[in-house]
Amino acid sequence: MTTESQRSAAVLDRELLGRLDRRRPGLLVGALASGALALVFFSCWGYQIANGIGVTGLNRPVFWGFYIINFVFWIGISHAGTLISAILRVTNAEWRRPVTRSAEAITLFALAIGGLFPLIHLGRVAIFYYMIPYPNSRMLWPNFRSPLVWDIAAITTYIIGSALYLFLPLIPDAAVMRDRAAAGLKKRFYAVLALGWRGTAQQWHSLEWGIRILAVAIIPVAVSVHTIVSWDFAMTRTPGWKSTIFGPYFVVGAIFSGIAVLMIALALLRRGLGLGRFLTDRVFNNLGLLFVTMSLVWGYFTFAEHLTVWYSGDLSEKLVHHVLLHGDFALPFWTMVVVNLVIPVAVLSFPRGRRPLPTALVGCGVLVGMWLERFLIVVPSLSTPRLAYSIGDYMPSWVELGIMIGAVGVFACLYFTFTRLLPIVSVWEMREGWRHGARGEGEATSGAAPTSATAAAPVPGGGAA
Amino acid sequence: MTRWGMAIDLDRCTGCEACVVACAAENNIQTVGEEQAREGRAMHWLRIERYYEGDFPNVRTRFMPVLCQQCGAAPCEPVCPVYATYHNPEGLNAMVYSRCIGTRFCANNCPYTVRVFNWFDAEFPAPLDSQLNPDVSVRPGGVMEKCTFCVQRIVAGKDEAAQEEREVADGEVKTACQQSCPTKAIAFGDLEDPDSEVSRWAESPRAFSLLGDLDTRPGVVYLSGSEWREPAG
Repeated sequence: MTTESQRSAAVLDRELLGRLDRRRPGLLVGALASGALALVFFSCWGYQIANGIGVTGLNRPVFWGFYIINFVFWIGISHAGTLISAILRVTNAEWRRPVTRSAEAITLFALAIGGLFPLIHLGRVAIFYYMIPYPNSRMLWPNFRSPLVWDIAAITTYIIGSALYLFLPLIPDAAVMRDRAAAGLKKRFYAVLALGWRGTAQQWHSLEWGIRILAVAIIPVAVSVHTIVSWDFAMTRTPGWKSTIFGPYFVVGAIFSGIAVLMIALALLRRGLGLGRFLTDRVFNNLGLLFVTMSLVWGYFTFAEHLTVWYSGDLSEKLVHHVLLHGDFALPFWTMVVVNLVIPVAVLSFPRGRRPLPTALVGCGVLVGMWLERFLIVVPSLSTPRLAYSIGDYMPSWVELGIMIGAVGVFACLYFTFTRLLPIVSVWEMREGWRHGARGEGEATSGAAPTSATAAAPVPGGGAA
Repeated sequence: MTRWGMAIDLDRCTGCEACVVACAAENNIQTVGEEQAREGRAMHWLRIERYYEGDFPNVRTRFMPVLCQQCGAAPCEPVCPVYATYHNPEGLNAMVYSRCIGTRFCANNCPYTVRVFNWFDAEFPAPLDSQLNPDVSVRPGGVMEKCTFCVQRIVAGKDEAAQEEREVADGEVKTACQQSCPTKAIAFGDLEDPDSEVSRWAESPRAFSLLGDLDTRPGVVYLSGSEWREPAG
């Protein structure tokens, strides 16, 4: 058993840590491409700041457009990580081990981008801080009745929480990286991240408690974030927005699109970085089951929302409903239903559909579908106002498109950098899992004192701190 | 206490749009040009909505001047994150331009779609700059604006009355649209004063509120003998 454990330790080191030292030409191409897209993002934003928000396609009555759609979209994606990883940790699901870190990194980076979109959207971004309750000589406060102020509070809390939640389980791995690195800038970088980690029993104990507390605390935060995002719409009197179902509907949609990104990222990581040993078929099978469940729940909410509107007979509500199902927006609407419900259920219901390639392809479709869902919430409602005289139209400008596509590049930049600097699969958690596995699955899933077992491990920490 | 209000007699309105022009001149409203107007960015604080009824040749046109309704329970106010739009003690939905950061949330939540946004910085090429009203600030780009009930005229009227140590008389403050209406279809004054012209008009059996079922308690009352509230058919 000891040799087994030593062998697995060697495998982990070679495949997860050794990988970071190698250079691959494919990565360079990826880095350049995402860097170019990131440049598009910042140039377009700069152009808009210099010339005014009028460079968008927004108008009266469609005052909100692509920026708000992308804001909701990215915040939704951010639910991939923290929420899913927290639920898996709290329920002690063993197969979570190779997944959690890549998921948590998605959360942090998607949030950073999602949080930028409301600022890009502002007419006068230079004074965005008026929304923050900061002390000032005129005793002016933000308006706490406004859902936008709730948004700021919720998203700030979520960013801080998910950054901590990504960082805590990273400490032991950062310590290993520190010990492996030759003296120099790199070593100092990892030393800062490792916070002087030495791998003592006391430190393992604190770390484990910290992760446990955060995993439980982050779940209500994640749920509240997307609920509050939904209230940006649901608190208004705009036809098609005023709905009590929006809170849970948005949370479900967020988790759904989050899993979609996770499926794509895991399939890419498995193939691109050769992590098949860790991201096994079992991982894809389980996530695929979760994925199809969310698809069904999403379909149920969509049905319930439209049925009640149709049945109510409210004139202005019915008008929005009509343009969605039969009018100008019928094509995107029914496309959304197909890629979000019909295809996922048709593919993922079968074991052969829950393999890396099909799940990733379904994930791509769901991303398109969930983006369309947000588009169909924002634009049809605004373009069909109550007074028929003001009925309008909306076409995004090249600036809005540039920022939308560029945001993907910014995300890829951040994610690539992360996978180059730190192990994307948590080394110590994998080791802990394999150790439990060697002692029998029953013991591992009961969650019995992994602390002492891991503390005895010779690798994480070492005495070099 | 004063509650400023307006009454508009639709049976007198001919749809001549003199009020729209007067409003733009009085309030330094940006002229955006043909191209921007086609994109739905015309900035009129007051617009004449035209509705056609019947089939040719028996067509009837109805005109309806729509401006900020100065709601008593205004949907635009609670959603502003920075208090750039707020309720003043005299019942006006006031705008603080310097506070506005341009989220455009207020405009989304306005059931009357009467708020307009400065998509670009305003330009008043000469000689237009010499006709700007010195009592009204020119709004920068990225800022929301809307009808103020000519608040600069209200302030001037109150100042004058205060200097002469008396109350503001009914009809003393006139809005630009009211002043320029050739058929005298607009009354303006204090809705709290039962003897004011606007209160008497508001008591008329022809009076109704626009989208009254939303209970936004508008400060603008419409008068019409025809059946405006009936659904088309």
